Amino acid sequence: MEQTKILKKKAVQIRKMVLEMIYRAKSGHTGGSLSCVEILVSLFYGVMRIDPKDPKLPDRDRFVMSKGHSVESYYAVLADLGFFPVSDLESYCQFGSYLTGHPTTKVPGVEVNTGALGHGLAIGVGMAIASKIDSACYKVYVLMGDGELDEGSVWEAAQIAAHYGLDNLIGIVDRNRLQISGDTEQVLRLENLEQKWTAFGWHVIHVDGHDIEQLINTFKGLPVERGKPHLIIAHTIKGKGVSFIENNKDWHHKVPNDEELRMAMMELDEKLKELDADE
Amino acid sequence: MNEKSKMASRHMVAQALMDLAGEDEAIVVVTSDARGSAAITKFFDTFPERAIEVGIAEQSAVGIAAGLALCGKKPFVLGPACFYSARAFEQVKNDVAYTGANVKIIGVSGGVSYGPLGSTHHALHDVAAFRAIPNIDVILPSDANQAYAVVKHLVNRERPAYVRIGRNPIPFVYDEPFFEIAKGYVLRSGADVTIIACGEVVWHALKACEILSKEGIEATLIDMPSIKPIDEETIIKSARNAGRVVTIEEHSVHGGLGEAVSAILGKNFPVPIEILGIPDEFPVTGKQEEVLSHYDLDAVGIAKRVQKFLRRFSHGR
Ligand SMILES: Cc1ncc(C[n+]2csc(CCOP(=O)(O)OP(=O)(O)O)c2C)c(N)n1
Ligand SMILES: [Mg+2]
Repeated sequence: MEQTKILKKKAVQIRKMVLEMIYRAKSGHTGGSLSCVEILVSLFYGVMRIDPKDPKLPDRDRFVMSKGHSVESYYAVLADLGFFPVSDLESYCQFGSYLTGHPTTKVPGVEVNTGALGHGLAIGVGMAIASKIDSACYKVYVLMGDGELDEGSVWEAAQIAAHYGLDNLIGIVDRNRLQISGDTEQVLRLENLEQKWTAFGWHVIHVDGHDIEQLINTFKGLPVERGKPHLIIAHTIKGKGVSFIENNKDWHHKVPNDEELRMAMMELDEKLKELDADE
Repeated sequence: MNEKSKMASRHMVAQALMDLAGEDEAIVVVTSDARGSAAITKFFDTFPERAIEVGIAEQSAVGIAAGLALCGKKPFVLGPACFYSARAFEQVKNDVAYTGANVKIIGVSGGVSYGPLGSTHHALHDVAAFRAIPNIDVILPSDANQAYAVVKHLVNRERPAYVRIGRNPIPFVYDEPFFEIAKGYVLRSGADVTIIACGEVVWHALKACEILSKEGIEATLIDMPSIKPIDEETIIKSARNAGRVVTIEEHSVHGGLGEAVSAILGKNFPVPIEILGIPDEFPVTGKQEEVLSHYDLDAVGIAKRVQKFLRRFSHGR
């Protein structure tokens, strides 16, 4: 599929942008930004109804970045789509910039200010209810971290979403199995995640969170079950794409030094070449 | 004071807990996926049975601490000040302060320590919020030594407390760790103006006094770590001497040290007061030092604002 090929390359390019932003700013959340790249790319380039020229399009699909610390890949995608100039990314986290280190509505395309975990799903519930009230056709996508699910507020919102039968609401969990202090199952056991969400009244689907084709097909096939909110458990690798960052808890908010940036870029350029050769 | 060696207060808070927990078996720490930022990884390794990780769940961390306290433990909850002063606020108000549970909340990375991460991560309202609750002490140590002493003092003070510290290494204001509740410390004396500061901007205020002195202005500088209960006597006495007061805090101009001082002086000895802090806006993006400088909370900015204030209220002098 032609689109998948293009988007696979896009994901690698976004990863390069992410690392450059974090390197320049000397601040950022590397691991979680890299783990959700394919999720963002699939939604923003392949699924959601949005218009970069008209960020406030009334019937646009809504996206809530509940794991706000993964702001770098979010900004990179929005910039690449043309919501704002790519060159602005250079000002990320710099003095006076509108590109703050967590998403804010000063940034075209961002729907709500996030950064404190556990807020996004409730906001998404509100948006999904509004869509129903207006008999509108837009859907609401909320991206959460797996560690984020420790927050009780997530489960309050989950229960409310099911109560209102919000089949236009899609929760996505970036299931990279790490939070700041380490393995999610050691810091605070999450499993059995599927059973929990199912018990809360959600329709649960597992996907490979780095498989763009699978992600797009899954999203496009929603809702599978009318009258139920849907939860996509996207199995991912924290730090995906750079071998020494992958699955390493220290890279949650570590910033690459000169040498690390060079090595990471080399690896990503290799990947691009590989993808080109496949064509 | 020591400009060259710097230390982040969180490391000394953690050290104090380590030192005390060896002898006092009632000490327990509770955290929410924040053991790194609170510098308590070593505590987790040394006292695993007294280190409680609740995951990213600040509200429950405080509730659990209340339960621990009600069963005879001395819990210290450590985590980002922004989340403990906002998300867990109701637990602090009801479960801790209202109930009277002996819980200590250590808010780390307070003020604008997190810099460019933005307002979700800033705690510029915490003093105002906790001051408005009865039955909880509010303390902002000005350096790592004082932070150590605060923890030591609080361990045997059987009532709720909120302590706010920063994230980044800061110069030492004190050579030794000492702290008493409700006590202001006069760091230098001068007759032209009284400056009252708290927390990690005390250092900047100290440097500002040097700049002012070169301009012929001699300031009294009071470090006021204990904002509630506060040292009324020292405030009133100093205001009587200088007749003009400037307060400095890494906090909103609303509801913090400045308004606490204003209320005391308004009632006892009204004088002109200038409150320096973060104005009523979500701060500009930038590193901590850039944000502080932008709002005149660094040495140069403080000196400039004090001079401007003194020019406005120079009559009769
Ligand atoms: C309410 C709240 N508490 C704590 C934090 C600090 N924090 C930022 S990221 C993070 C870990 C998140 O882990 P996870 O949700 O798994 O994210 P990912 O692995 O995708 O980076 C924590 C605790 C926060 N941003 N908000
Ligand atoms: Mg995770």
